[in-house]
Amino acid sequence: MTRRYFACLLGCLMLAAPRITLAQTEIQLPTFSQTVPGTAVSFDMVCIPAGTFQMGSPESDPDREADEGPLRMVELDSFWIGTMEVSFELYNLFRERELDNGETNASFAYDADAVTRPSPPYEDPTFGMGKTGYPAVSMTQYAALRFCKWLWQKTGVFYRLPTEAEWEYACRAGTSTRYSFGDDIADLDEYGWHYDNSDETYHLCGTKKPNPWGLYDMHGNVSEWCLDQYQANFLTLLPEQPKNPWQRPTSLHPRTVKGGSWDDDPEELRTSNRIESSPNWKKRDPQIPKSFWWNTDSPFVGFRLVRPVNPGTEEDIRAFWKQVLDE
Amino acid sequence: MNRRTFIKTSALATGGVVAAQSAVAETGWLTGDDVIRIGLIGCGGRGTGAAAQALSTKQNVRLVAMGDAFRDRLDDSLKNLRKEGQYDDRIEVTEETKFVGFEAYRSVIELCDVVLIATPPGFRPIHFEAAIDAGKHVFMEKPVATDAPGVRKILAAAAKAKAQKLNVVVGLQRRYQKKYTEWVERLHNGAIGEIISTRVYWNSGGVWTRPRQEGQTEMEYQMRNWYYFNWLCGDHIVEQHIHNLDVGNWVKQAYPVSAMGMGGRQVRTGKEHGEIFDHHSVEYEYADGSRMFSQCRHMKGCQNRVTESFHGSNGNAPKPGLIETGSGYQLWKYRDRNDPSPYQVEHDELFATIANGEFKHADAENGAYATLTAIMGRMATYSGQIIHWDDALNSELSLMPRTFAFDADPPILPDESGFYPIPTPGVTRVL
Repeated sequence: MTRRYFACLLGCLMLAAPRITLAQTEIQLPTFSQTVPGTAVSFDMVCIPAGTFQMGSPESDPDREADEGPLRMVELDSFWIGTMEVSFELYNLFRERELDNGETNASFAYDADAVTRPSPPYEDPTFGMGKTGYPAVSMTQYAALRFCKWLWQKTGVFYRLPTEAEWEYACRAGTSTRYSFGDDIADLDEYGWHYDNSDETYHLCGTKKPNPWGLYDMHGNVSEWCLDQYQANFLTLLPEQPKNPWQRPTSLHPRTVKGGSWDDDPEELRTSNRIESSPNWKKRDPQIPKSFWWNTDSPFVGFRLVRPVNPGTEEDIRAFWKQVLDE
Repeated sequence: MNRRTFIKTSALATGGVVAAQSAVAETGWLTGDDVIRIGLIGCGGRGTGAAAQALSTKQNVRLVAMGDAFRDRLDDSLKNLRKEGQYDDRIEVTEETKFVGFEAYRSVIELCDVVLIATPPGFRPIHFEAAIDAGKHVFMEKPVATDAPGVRKILAAAAKAKAQKLNVVVGLQRRYQKKYTEWVERLHNGAIGEIISTRVYWNSGGVWTRPRQEGQTEMEYQMRNWYYFNWLCGDHIVEQHIHNLDVGNWVKQAYPVSAMGMGGRQVRTGKEHGEIFDHHSVEYEYADGSRMFSQCRHMKGCQNRVTESFHGSNGNAPKPGLIETGSGYQLWKYRDRNDPSPYQVEHDELFATIANGEFKHADAENGAYATLTAIMGRMATYSGQIIHWDDALNSELSLMPRTFAFDADPPILPDESGFYPIPTPGVTRVL
């Protein structure tokens, strides 16, 4: 933990953080605002406390699919998670070399020219659905992870994608219902953008109600990349009360995506729903080789940042990048 | 799991690669066996993709020859195709059937039954004519030319192709995309009445540049950076915006009679950006007096928009797959997320037709007129004049070089400081 970050954490604790009910105890979740060095772009994170929760859905859920069971008790360490999906403005700092002036908070040398950045997309990845204030979309999981590594190099703070378990824990926010607001699909319009109310486009981040832990657009708007290889029987594979489970990737597809999107039906926005990535998400890339950075057919996928409270040593972090980016 | 991935999985299990092995029963195929030999001319990313799509059809397709101006492009293309893994048993290209240079196309055409033409647009008239003269079926990328003489050459070859019943598919893939075909059919059936005005857009961030290398001739530099030179690319209004202009004409069931507009270079002004504009705005007029308003832009950091929109006497069609009443009530909406890629569909249809010995695809004539629509727009923005269809079509102004050789001069040359002459409205002659 850097001194700068610690100071900021203390600062945030003094501010009026959302009052949150967590397992019958009313507590305040600390929030934290990260500015990207050399820019005016910032984003907010909420500290999710360590705890246990039931992952998956019960058989009583009429929309439950086989890959959502059986219900498993899962234990997680504390982590910070973005209150919003990663915005276009934030992702664009990484995309466009000229927006990166080389400033950094990190203790190690940062060379903006040495950063591996996305190649130009074949077609407009936003499909004209909007940029300023909207979530970044259409990136591959590889691109999302490359972004995280760049953000670590800029800020000195270890950011990564959430694991599937972290994502679901944060989305549930202490609930065991189908959605974080309850079971009734009729309430969904207050909380999420889905096919029936989205007018076939994503919307400005944070325009619907947040979940109980202050996280916006966990249901809908855009689906969110997780860190895991998708495995249909993931929950059956877990040991007794696993801690921080993560299905480590061994192949490019399928990887896990959570949350559902503007292009999904309401039942696909349920907290427990699991979506598999697919090579089909590049089906309209007519070129070979196909882009490693962009999908031509997934303007419904974006991502959200996680920052573990205990990120480990710089060596651990470098080993993590080496593994997930196949460096 | 969601529906999107489910469909994908089941499609893999039942069709695709497995079906590629199934024999084509009764074919009227001219070589007598069921093998369809394809040759690729132009081995860039898109050409390589077109080859992969041809090899992914259900027919017994073999890639037997490849041609490119550059050896390294050809080698990369073959390497990338092999890297995909799934086409290996259908790639029969050998050292002897790799052809390099300006004349490579002749040898490729000789060896195959179907020619895939994905060279820079300026070369397509030459390559298409040669393919049709040799009696070959063709898949050809859009646009099909960069100047009027090229368009006329395509039209002449298109007539020959028709007479010989040679199938030709042009890569205006929206015509093979269900979201569009279903939508346009309804518009043709009067879903929104008469089309009063049309808006079409290709506003995007732009494309790649390739740095000048030591020892490169000017011809090689321009060929490597073909996007930025009119004789090769036609400007981005021709190279990309043609898709949307084609949809405008398709819905209208007509070609425009004139165009006026403006354009220029605002942000993309470097030596590396050759001579093309970075924005065009054109108003096209149809014979019935209705208009098509067109915008295309290559600028980073701006709102992007690539779409088509129609206003009718009795409703609106704001975007592909959507039809509304004048007051905005949704009458029809098409959800396309499980549809196959239109880039694949165009090849599926072409090769099925060829295997069955049928003649169903004659895209070249429309391809030529769609190209001319875009060229007419460019003529309007470059010159600042109103350009009429017949004048555009009959223009004798050729953009092409006299000699095709790497040591020959291309038709446009940089000044002493490396900048190229830029078209100037009010001054530039386009007819």
